[in-house]
Amino acid sequence: MNSHIRVRFSKLGKIRFTSHRDVARIWERALRRAELPIAYTEGYSPRPKLSFGLALSTAYESHGEYLDVALRDALGDVELHELPRRLAPALPEGIEVQAVVALPAGATSLQQAVTSCTWHIEVGAALPSAVAHAMAGALAAPELVVTRQRKGRSVTDDVRPAILSAEVLDGTTIEAELATQPRGLRPAEFLAAVDPTWRAARVTRVNQWTQVGGARREVIDLPPAATPPPHAEVRAS
Amino acid sequence: MGSVWTQLEPHLADVEKPARYIGLELGAQRPEHGPGRVSWLLTYPDTYEIGLPNQGLQILYEILNERDDAVAERAYAPWGDLEAVMRRERIPMFSVDTHRAAGDFDVLAFNLSAELTYTNLLNCIDLAGVPVRAAERRPEHPLIAAGGHCTYNPEPLADFLDFVVVGDGEEVVSEITAVLADWKASGRTEGSRRGMLRELTRVEGVYVPSMYEIDYDGPAIRAIRPRYPDVPERVEKRTIADLAAWPYPRNQLVPLTEVVHDRLNVEVFRGCTRGCRFCQAGMITRPVRERPAEQVRTMVSEGLRRTGYDEVALTSLSTADFSGIESVVQGIVDDPSTCGQVSVSLPSLRVDAFTVGIAAQIQKARRTGLTFAPEAGTWRMRQIINKLIREEDLYGAVTSAFSQGWRRVKLYFLTGLPSETDEDTLGIYELARNCVEIGRTYTKGVSVKASVGGFVPKPFTPFQWFGQNTVEELYRKIGLLRDVARHSKGLQLTWHDPRATLAEGLASRGDRRLGPVIEQVWRRGGTFQEWSEHFRLELWLEAMADHGLDLDWYVYRHRTDAEVLPWDHISAGLHKDFLWQDWQDALAEVGLPDCRWTPCYDCGACTGYGIEHVVASAVAPAGGSQGTGQDLSTGHLPGTSVPVELRSLRQPVGAPS
Repeated sequence: MNSHIRVRFSKLGKIRFTSHRDVARIWERALRRAELPIAYTEGYSPRPKLSFGLALSTAYESHGEYLDVALRDALGDVELHELPRRLAPALPEGIEVQAVVALPAGATSLQQAVTSCTWHIEVGAALPSAVAHAMAGALAAPELVVTRQRKGRSVTDDVRPAILSAEVLDGTTIEAELATQPRGLRPAEFLAAVDPTWRAARVTRVNQWTQVGGARREVIDLPPAATPPPHAEVRAS
Repeated sequence: MGSVWTQLEPHLADVEKPARYIGLELGAQRPEHGPGRVSWLLTYPDTYEIGLPNQGLQILYEILNERDDAVAERAYAPWGDLEAVMRRERIPMFSVDTHRAAGDFDVLAFNLSAELTYTNLLNCIDLAGVPVRAAERRPEHPLIAAGGHCTYNPEPLADFLDFVVVGDGEEVVSEITAVLADWKASGRTEGSRRGMLRELTRVEGVYVPSMYEIDYDGPAIRAIRPRYPDVPERVEKRTIADLAAWPYPRNQLVPLTEVVHDRLNVEVFRGCTRGCRFCQAGMITRPVRERPAEQVRTMVSEGLRRTGYDEVALTSLSTADFSGIESVVQGIVDDPSTCGQVSVSLPSLRVDAFTVGIAAQIQKARRTGLTFAPEAGTWRMRQIINKLIREEDLYGAVTSAFSQGWRRVKLYFLTGLPSETDEDTLGIYELARNCVEIGRTYTKGVSVKASVGGFVPKPFTPFQWFGQNTVEELYRKIGLLRDVARHSKGLQLTWHDPRATLAEGLASRGDRRLGPVIEQVWRRGGTFQEWSEHFRLELWLEAMADHGLDLDWYVYRHRTDAEVLPWDHISAGLHKDFLWQDWQDALAEVGLPDCRWTPCYDCGACTGYGIEHVVASAVAPAGGSQGTGQDLSTGHLPGTSVPVELRSLRQPVGAPS
């Protein structure tokens, strides 16, 4: 009888240059190194049963990535609060396990559960005053129609509803909460919608949000001590 | 100038696969540099994906970092997009471990495993901010060194290399470090570089090209002479006597991003005495030195636990020959701690030693692809190359594979071999098609992939005197195969670009006069020549013409017995008259047995260095013909020798005839 756990981890510093696929392989090896009883798929080429949430683009950092792991046995033998410590030596510098919870049977998948993400987006080579001005203009606009690529096709639509909130923090860093469904908006698309000449210098996913009883909540809350200080990026590099 | 990370970082989001440049692998080290420590930058002159798994560099990385007087970091050739950024932003070549500028190291040591990486070597030296020509380097510049199989003929790179290591590196790196530590302590003063290089010529296995003078006689070489009386006339390769003393790498690097051979690799033996005449690796790495089976087991189980890999490759030049291979494989796949999830891959399988037993063992976990290398299509051709496997051996091996559930098999062949006829070439198709037929009796979805490479004669092989086939001739032969294979269901034919085979042949047996050719190809943008999309034959042809050099002389003509070869001052232990006799035997279609299990025929590799084979079993593994061309499938008792009877047993070299 398989059981499932959900892991929240960070991806900060040099390791941000690994791809989503790379991170998946890093996790497969880390779980084996930590000697967790992971479940495998059946068939010709068995793979560990892992499922990741929304992919993080290569070069983006994150304070909250998620991974669901299927274990071979019931949870009984696995001490959940021990897991961050047990996994730490098996993971590379920059990937840190922040919390692990047991997942009830039939839990919503990460892809479905997450409805929005909060991002810190640093605009490269732009003046702070220009960033503030353009942001204010974009938020005041009734609609922001952009054309972007979706599954190989050009789609033109209004992305304004997907911008749930946005403010300039300091200098040229914008904090934005962007929807992931029904139609999501990516940080690069968000920037392009505000000002097509902008280029993201550094992008960090700060939170991934889900809806519980009409209220916004993090997929897994951080234990109090591990909460990142607001607006102060932890940089491993 | 320290770390280049802050300069590099803003650009990494704009280049392909930036994870190649960040380091942080499991097993990566962050060594402390210091004035008392010789710093080595171990560099693979191709991409990270190709270079990271290189076991030679990983072994030296560990050995050097274990020493008090040395530190080692790693570097790989940047891909074109990053190179453009580096040149534009003036970011020098760097290590991936601490992003230290390459120019801050004492030695840039390159692994040379393929001739077509030579232009990349020049590019890396240039990106390091070091003059590409050794003669132009100043005391402050790092030394440029090279090791690896290509250094058995280092002459095409003689202008660019300060020193070269020939043979196994495990011991000699420490001896070199000692010489360099003294030089470093003395302050690397003006003019001291030359004295230090001369000192290095005293270290066995180290070749310093600038200490030798070449006399030419038209296109031919008249003589190769040391410039000083204390410089050895001939540089002997280094050989470690016992692999068990070197259980490296102990901490194999586990990359964060995908690379080739992305698995645990455990070297089970070094050297091969099967005696395939086309195979340089088999000739230059003699004798056979097996790792004790117990040590293999320990390295596998500890390595899997440490790395988290679920695949292990048992590497060697012919892994099925390892004494007790079946029980070692069985031990790995049946290990309860790995829950049956570990797959074993056995690269370099000889068809005459691949049995149902091995097939049954390695298919328990995930099946990896199976590759066999019959090399030639007819028995006559296989006698000439001394790969004495019968058709029945191949069919037996693929039967073992298909009966155990494999559906895909890959076969490696060479074309352009000495005295090859069209019948021999077409034999490749016959063999491959018969394998498809065998597969069809087991499965509908059979796929046999026949990969055909153009033969490049290599130094220190019996075929070093052979004139390579022209590009046109190789195209013609591939065309013959393509025509017959076109409508063959289940058979896929792939081939290596004959134009790249030409460039490889040029560098393989070239002399010092090729230096300016390589430099010109590099200066005109010819890097990553191993990559078909970047290979540019016209650059090579232009450069040859511009320097008045003749392709026919360097590549296509047969050499004669009396000729001074460009690598005659390097020694792999092999007697030149042994190789010549083996070449004559090849032309006479006479085979030569494996000396591991039969009496010594004094090739020189053991006797010259006072070493011998280290093998756990005195007899060949059961099954197949074991290089005898006879049916030995009934097996034989331990203690009895393989009943080798070849058509004519040769005289030992040097015996009166």
